[in-house]
Amino acid sequence: MATAAAHRTTAEAQAGEAERTAAYEAAFDAAVAADERIEPRDWMPDAYRASLVRQMAQHAHSEIIGMQPEANWITRAPSLRRKAILMAKVQDEAGHGLYLYSAAETLGTGREELLDKLHSGRQKYSSIFNYPTLTWADVGAIGWLVDGAAITNQVPLCRCSYGPYARAMVRICKEESFHQRQGYELLLHLSKGTPEQHAMAQDAVDRWWWPSLMMFGPPDDESAHSAQSMAWKIKRHSNDELRQRFVDIAVPQAEALGLTLPDPDLRWNEERGQYDFGAIDWDEFWNVLKGNGPCNEQRISQRRTAHEEGAWVREAASAYAAKHGKAAA
Amino acid sequence: MTNSDWPLWEVFVRSRRGLSHTHAGSLHAPDAEMALRNARDLYTRRSEGVSLWVVPSSAITASSPDEKDPFFEPAADKPYRHPTFYEIPEGVRHL
Amino acid sequence: MTAALAPAALALGDDALVLSHRLGEWAGHAPVLEEEVALANIALDLLGQARILLSLVGDEDELAYLREERAFRNLQLVEQPNGDFAQTIARQLYFSTYQGLLYGQLAAGDGELAPLAAKAVKEVAYHQDHAEHWTLRLGDGTAESHERMQRGCDTLWRFTGEMFQPVEGVDVDWQKLEAGWRESVGAVLERATLTVPEGPQSGAWSAGAGRQGLHTEPFGRMIAEMQHLHRSHPGATW
Repeated sequence: MATAAAHRTTAEAQAGEAERTAAYEAAFDAAVAADERIEPRDWMPDAYRASLVRQMAQHAHSEIIGMQPEANWITRAPSLRRKAILMAKVQDEAGHGLYLYSAAETLGTGREELLDKLHSGRQKYSSIFNYPTLTWADVGAIGWLVDGAAITNQVPLCRCSYGPYARAMVRICKEESFHQRQGYELLLHLSKGTPEQHAMAQDAVDRWWWPSLMMFGPPDDESAHSAQSMAWKIKRHSNDELRQRFVDIAVPQAEALGLTLPDPDLRWNEERGQYDFGAIDWDEFWNVLKGNGPCNEQRISQRRTAHEEGAWVREAASAYAAKHGKAAA
Repeated sequence: MTNSDWPLWEVFVRSRRGLSHTHAGSLHAPDAEMALRNARDLYTRRSEGVSLWVVPSSAITASSPDEKDPFFEPAADKPYRHPTFYEIPEGVRHL
Repeated sequence: MTAALAPAALALGDDALVLSHRLGEWAGHAPVLEEEVALANIALDLLGQARILLSLVGDEDELAYLREERAFRNLQLVEQPNGDFAQTIARQLYFSTYQGLLYGQLAAGDGELAPLAAKAVKEVAYHQDHAEHWTLRLGDGTAESHERMQRGCDTLWRFTGEMFQPVEGVDVDWQKLEAGWRESVGAVLERATLTVPEGPQSGAWSAGAGRQGLHTEPFGRMIAEMQHLHRSHPGATW
């Protein structure tokens, strides 16, 4: 056999390679079609891998940048109970970032590299976190609307075709459920509180409603990655479907809060069995995405500073491990 | 790896006594002691575990998916290893 | 609760409240993500302790949000600004070692604080362990980290004497506490290749000061931030 192999021409070898790739690809497609999970060492198309790394990284970045607007209120939380809740929530976000970086690392891209891309602006995070938290009620609005939108997005991801991502999402969704509830409860308390508190809650909802709807991404016909991601089951529902689902859930919740959603066109459509809602200002969306939101600069600069100022700490621990023979191979 | 870049560790959690440790995820730490502490904070802060293992990711040797056939198929044709292989007359209990 | 216990609960509760607040300031600024989670864990434990202790005295929020600076009874040590990560770790090492020994003695006794101390002692053991591990890594890491860690220990040294001033209603052997603290901290610093600071452990101004309601300037700004929202809405609930 060795002689035969040696005699094979390059063309034959290439043909064999192509055949093998085709077989792998068929196996991959079949697994996705059968709703099986793809695991880290399985063969996968390069574009699938790249798409996943991009999505998981962006998701991880969003968690850790998302700590900032809420951490902004930890030191001013108006009761000790609320302070404990908020600290635990911001801590969870760091934890969720870690789960997601860990999932991304299963595809061979290290966290350091991903952070580097975040810090240099080559990878994005959710634009929602480029809006400022101006009052205490914003903490509630973020919990109710922003986390609510995130959960609507994330629950289907628990069935994502990539195993490590799906498993991270299961853990995250389980932990997130308290996030949305605490936000809702916070707003409810304000809404039923003094007139000043009620006004604070309404103002926060006025400011966070539209950006929350933008969190689902551009309309389906303008979404660059949607179709392929759906085919690969990295994404399970379209942007517009999820957005509609969120609106339908949020409207009755707003009524129960005694707060108004800032959309004069919002009304029940008997025929569709869904709510109609007004046009989203996509110019604002693209503008914030491009870096012109109220806090883009501030968020990235805080993240970068924390990382740079922490370098000596990370170096010290590495040096200690090396000195004491404790470093992992 | 730069010297401020910590190595990766795999974390295994025993959720309660009587169960095996199960892979929970990974984290970065400069050494095993810190990895264990980070794992405690990250993977058991809602009392999800009673025992933890941390293993340097680089120390794990995994079977390759390409070897799937020779590795796992020989076991697949031995259904007699599973209790459902055997038919038991109806009414016989405790088997 | 007996009225005699109030000064003790207030002193220990304020320690936990104030240090928890300072640790909370790290959120979003920690040197590595894993440390975000660790520091928040410690802050949450301390906040939990503070809430229990303050509730023994009165309404936890009234006490936290409506007292003036001079009515707080915490140690000056815990109100010191975070500084760099080394200074935060030095503060935690000094305080957790103290708190561990203090609660250890209380838990072993039969006073009213014994059950609370028994729970806290487990949490504090972890805080102390965290601080010790980092003291070793920073002290015996790189030249820069060594220098920073030494500076952190030196800077805070003059606030440590106050810890051993007896607190009314806290029935422990203060001399034993101080000896135990010196031995424990000394051993960690030595292993970390650091020098035990030599200066005085208290200044003319600071002996027992925080416990008597005399604080340092940064504390006023800290509680201004902490209390601002609550005080802006008198009578409101949250």
